[in-house]
Amino acid sequence: MGLLSTSVSITQYRVEGELPSPVNENVTAALKKHTINEIDNDASEQAVGWTSFDNPYQPDFEGSRFVIDTAWVFSLRIDKKSIPAKVLKKHYNIEVARRLVESGRDYLSKTEKKQLKDHVITVLSTRIPATPNIYDIVWKYEEGRLWFFSNLKAANEELETLFTRSFKLSLIRLFPYTAGLDAGLKGPEKDCLDQLKPTLFMD
Amino acid sequence: MLDIAVAYRRYQFIGDEFLTWLWFVIEQDAPLLRRLDNELASLEIGNRMVFENRYRKDSGETVTIKGDEANMDEGLLALKKGAMVAEVNLVYRAGDHEWRFNLKGESLNFSSLKVPETGKIETSDDIEGAVIEKVYLCEKITNLINALFAHFIKLRVSNEWSAQTVPSIRKWIGSASDV
Repeated sequence: MGLLSTSVSITQYRVEGELPSPVNENVTAALKKHTINEIDNDASEQAVGWTSFDNPYQPDFEGSRFVIDTAWVFSLRIDKKSIPAKVLKKHYNIEVARRLVESGRDYLSKTEKKQLKDHVITVLSTRIPATPNIYDIVWKYEEGRLWFFSNLKAANEELETLFTRSFKLSLIRLFPYTAGLDAGLKGPEKDCLDQLKPTLFMD
Repeated sequence: MLDIAVAYRRYQFIGDEFLTWLWFVIEQDAPLLRRLDNELASLEIGNRMVFENRYRKDSGETVTIKGDEANMDEGLLALKKGAMVAEVNLVYRAGDHEWRFNLKGESLNFSSLKVPETGKIETSDDIEGAVIEKVYLCEKITNLINALFAHFIKLRVSNEWSAQTVPSIRKWIGSASDV
């Protein structure tokens, strides 16, 4: 569900810290450095990286195309290969049978079975295309605000990891406690927030 | 600041209290909503509310009320039994336009957010304008909820909360008729 979808999900973040000047050039460089890598023809099972909002399958951050009005608009792309369990089982069993014939034994050790399974996953991964998932981002740098257009836990965690690695800034998810700190509470009020206990509304 | 994961779990109740308070404000103190958003025509409970009782050891009950003709007295009865609002569908109106969205207490995440219709995208040149318009329309909702939460949290850490707000909410909950 992307930014321009009929129905959207939003997770709000606060961004702490400043990028070195010139800011646009530095953010462009970081986006380029951590652009998604295609993994269709190699054995990797997953790739995570930035991509262009308007052209997510051919990322291009040249010419600050990601600057729209006062925001930076780009996307997180997570490509993942999912090998169907039955396909894995079939190829694993074929490999086990072949190995038993070759070795002349009637059993394989636990370690050998694991190695075989890993080998089968690697071989199949080179033959299966990755499924791309795209999550849009609107980053209002001047306001220290960022919207991530997904509530999925795994996608949010990938965003937080890649964002910190790419931009060396803190990305703080806004949920009740952090939103409370963000709401302009003063010193003693912040202490009260830390010490809050649940209210019982029933008599 | 506390570890984020610890803070998320420890203070989940603040989100539930916020949504419970918000329902109370919608029903009993609409002028406050207009003070926080001068373009607001109305903010109403939509077609879904989820109630959870996280804090009573003998109850892990979740109650969901849904449907356009939902009887919210059942929700008040859930509050009477110690539950809180954990998730709510809200309808915001300003001018002739309408926004609908779900808000979850523990995360303050927005989902199924539908904003007024924007212009059609016919060429790639239309994308920039569409993004600006969509961001503006989404911001109406995030700004409203952020302003409401900021108002709530300042109230929640003040003496006014236990002295005035909680008794008023209890009185409102007590007004629910048994169904």
